[in-house]
Amino acid sequence: MNTHLATWISPHPQGIYVKPADAWIDPSLPKPVALVTHGHADHARAGHGKVLATPETLAIMRHRFGPQPGAQALAYGETITIGDVSVRFVPAGHVLGSAQIVLDYAGERVVVSGDYKRRPDSTCQPFEPVACDVFITEATFGLPVFRHPDAALEIAKVLAALALEPERTMLIGAYALGKSQRLIQLLRAAGYHKPIYLHGALVPLVALYEQLGVPMGDVRPAAGEKPDVFRGHIVMAPPSALNDRWSRRMLDPVTAIASGWMQVRQRAKQRNVELPLVISDHADWDELTQTITDIKPQEVWVTHGREEALIHWCALRQIKARALSLLGRNDDEEA
Amino acid sequence: MRAFAALLDRLLYTRSRNAKLALIAQYLLLTPDPDRGWALAALTSELDLPAVQPLIIRTMMAERVDPVLFDLSYDYVGDLAETCALLWPEPEIVKRTEQPLLSDVVVRLASLTRADAPKVMATLLDNLDASARWACLKLATGGLRIGVSARLAKTAVAQAFSLNLDDIEEVWHGLQPPYAELFDWAEKRADKPSLELLPAFRPFMLAQPLEAGDTLSPEDYLAEWKWDGIRVQVVRNAEHVRVFSRTGDDISASFPDVSAAMTIDGVVDGELLVRDTTGDPASFNKLQQRLGRKRVTAKDLAEYPAFVRLYDILLDGKEDVRALPLLERKQRLNTFAVGLPAERFDVSPVLDGDSFEAWERLRADARDLAQEGLMLKRKDSAYVGGRKAGLWYKWKRDPLLADCVLMYAQRGHGKRSSFYSDFTFGAWSTDGTLLPVGKAYFGFTDAELKWLDSWVRNHTVSTFGPVREVEKALVLEVAFDAVQSSARHKSGIAMRFPRIARIRNDKPANEADTVATLQGFIAKAAA
Ligand SMILES: [Zn+2]
Ligand SMILES: [Zn+2]
Repeated sequence: MNTHLATWISPHPQGIYVKPADAWIDPSLPKPVALVTHGHADHARAGHGKVLATPETLAIMRHRFGPQPGAQALAYGETITIGDVSVRFVPAGHVLGSAQIVLDYAGERVVVSGDYKRRPDSTCQPFEPVACDVFITEATFGLPVFRHPDAALEIAKVLAALALEPERTMLIGAYALGKSQRLIQLLRAAGYHKPIYLHGALVPLVALYEQLGVPMGDVRPAAGEKPDVFRGHIVMAPPSALNDRWSRRMLDPVTAIASGWMQVRQRAKQRNVELPLVISDHADWDELTQTITDIKPQEVWVTHGREEALIHWCALRQIKARALSLLGRNDDEEA
Repeated sequence: MRAFAALLDRLLYTRSRNAKLALIAQYLLLTPDPDRGWALAALTSELDLPAVQPLIIRTMMAERVDPVLFDLSYDYVGDLAETCALLWPEPEIVKRTEQPLLSDVVVRLASLTRADAPKVMATLLDNLDASARWACLKLATGGLRIGVSARLAKTAVAQAFSLNLDDIEEVWHGLQPPYAELFDWAEKRADKPSLELLPAFRPFMLAQPLEAGDTLSPEDYLAEWKWDGIRVQVVRNAEHVRVFSRTGDDISASFPDVSAAMTIDGVVDGELLVRDTTGDPASFNKLQQRLGRKRVTAKDLAEYPAFVRLYDILLDGKEDVRALPLLERKQRLNTFAVGLPAERFDVSPVLDGDSFEAWERLRADARDLAQEGLMLKRKDSAYVGGRKAGLWYKWKRDPLLADCVLMYAQRGHGKRSSFYSDFTFGAWSTDGTLLPVGKAYFGFTDAELKWLDSWVRNHTVSTFGPVREVEKALVLEVAFDAVQSSARHKSGIAMRFPRIARIRNDKPANEADTVATLQGFIAKAAA
């Protein structure tokens, strides 16, 4: 262990500590200085002294937690120096505003991927590979069985199911930040322009995306509408609402969930889903391994996910790899 | 193959019967021959392919995927076919502009030998995408298990082409995959396929339940027992014998003792039963043990010998007698049965009495294990498929009732997935503990279900997975058809066909029935 590179960075259960900058990356507890990769709850928390993030991530945090007094925006590509560490945010392609954090210090470069994907996503900037010495990566879908299909094919399933049974309600479970907005854009790209009804938990973030320049078309709150209105239409809700009382008022719903976990049939069946949609905002196995191949790091550190298989894959290629086992990272819902 | 794989994928997750029918019907309408025929064969389990052993599949994977990565993946996914479908390396050059057709895949799989299986399978998998690879591996390893019965698939054919399901059932067993004649007929390019030389299935004539307000003139009807077995049709034509269940499924293989004894050409209708050691019809429980067997052993045949108690005759030799009045058919049946071995075929007797009072007494006493109730049949009724009003009635004995205490509740499926709708209830043992005696999913109204659901949520004492254990405080009046002894249950008994009759929130739990009371129903039945 003591022979690792970048000894100026230390992983802790509550986050990654960058010693010469006295700053934490995605800390799960309040810290004096925090660098935040993106707005998901397992990465962005309230109560830090100073918060550095992209303007979009800060807008999302403001929406979630209220005003962040110590917020400092850093746009993609801009560099600032904290202590003796130069810090730069690079697009991660995960959700709007999501960034990788590039750290340069003492001749070593470390890239913290945050959550990322490499599939096209019209709601955010695409992932940019940055060559580095140490690549600190996520591994949510770090098993070779996870190979996400083309999202357009999954969207086609939704439209086919709507056409087959137009009297039913298409109820799609999608995470409030990122997934639902991406689905709406994919549906619009596939030529679907009818109103899309939203569970209350999705309304504000969809509106925020629009404000930040991502058009959503005709979206309406589901609240207050008669259940009959939803027949033949799409209603979107957080996955947790699908098997709850909220969904009871939907008439004869086709329940769908959009998530990378839907790849595995048994897992999809457990969720009581009628239409699993394999659409993910995380890298699948091929993307994870392709990225490591592209940026050729000397070491790979895995923050969270199914790290065992990815570490084994690195070992087969003589790339030094280790698991950081950060706490509180849970991508079960958003994935 | 892509369309077939997509169909299987949708069916796997679809719970509503109507949605399944719509999916299959749409597939049959949009897919050309012979693919749709092979798909129909797969859905009706009539596709007879040599099974590729799992070991062969694992060996193929070992040549292509790192063993550690394979094990981690298999651990996570749990299903071999799915693990392999997802892990199969995509070929470098994707030359997959056109995927193979389902018919190509079936033809290749049908001619598979142990020696060439790895090579042929590999070529197939290379040319399919992940979802189609899964479908291909499921076909190759045997068993789709997607929750579609043969009956449902045939119903979808009827729905897709506006045919009568009875007509399809009638010709079905004369057809072979990929069913060119069926689709020719369905799309009006040809007549209905002919049955002349085949041991074909004829639709059953069914009875309607006798309701309180029904007024029948007793002199027009005859009464006979409704036996508690499986209604079957035994067909013999030119040496071919088939035993069909009510759904038209061919169950000959499970009952070779019956098939072998059908020595005369004809078609008869009766109740399949097994005998206990005294030679009398045994309980349904015993019959189920025979039904459950994939392969029948000599021991099964000796322990639970099967026989058919005949109700009716449809074909006497080659002569179709379905249009004759029932009384005449009964005479034909008596003569026909004389020629059959008596230990395998006997005729269900017409009961004495010609008034409802007389029959009522018989019905009330019908607690013989194998008597489910009475049938009343119009003496002049022709044998017509399906359920026709006014001809045949079933007059079941009144259900038995017991007051039980709700113990566990589990979430339902589909529409009911947000409700606790599967209820396990118990009765008191002598030492004052509650023992589960049954599980019921229905009998309640929607309003009662809502009430039960919120009661469960408010009285949960612990939760494990989808199951909630509740306070032992709610009494349910449970209706059931019989009680059987069961070694599998701690209470020693199992209820047949239990349903919730009433919610007894007026009754304290300690006044619910005891296991001993329920055991009394067994004793009564055996007497
Ligand atoms: Zn995230
Ligand atoms: Zn995350």
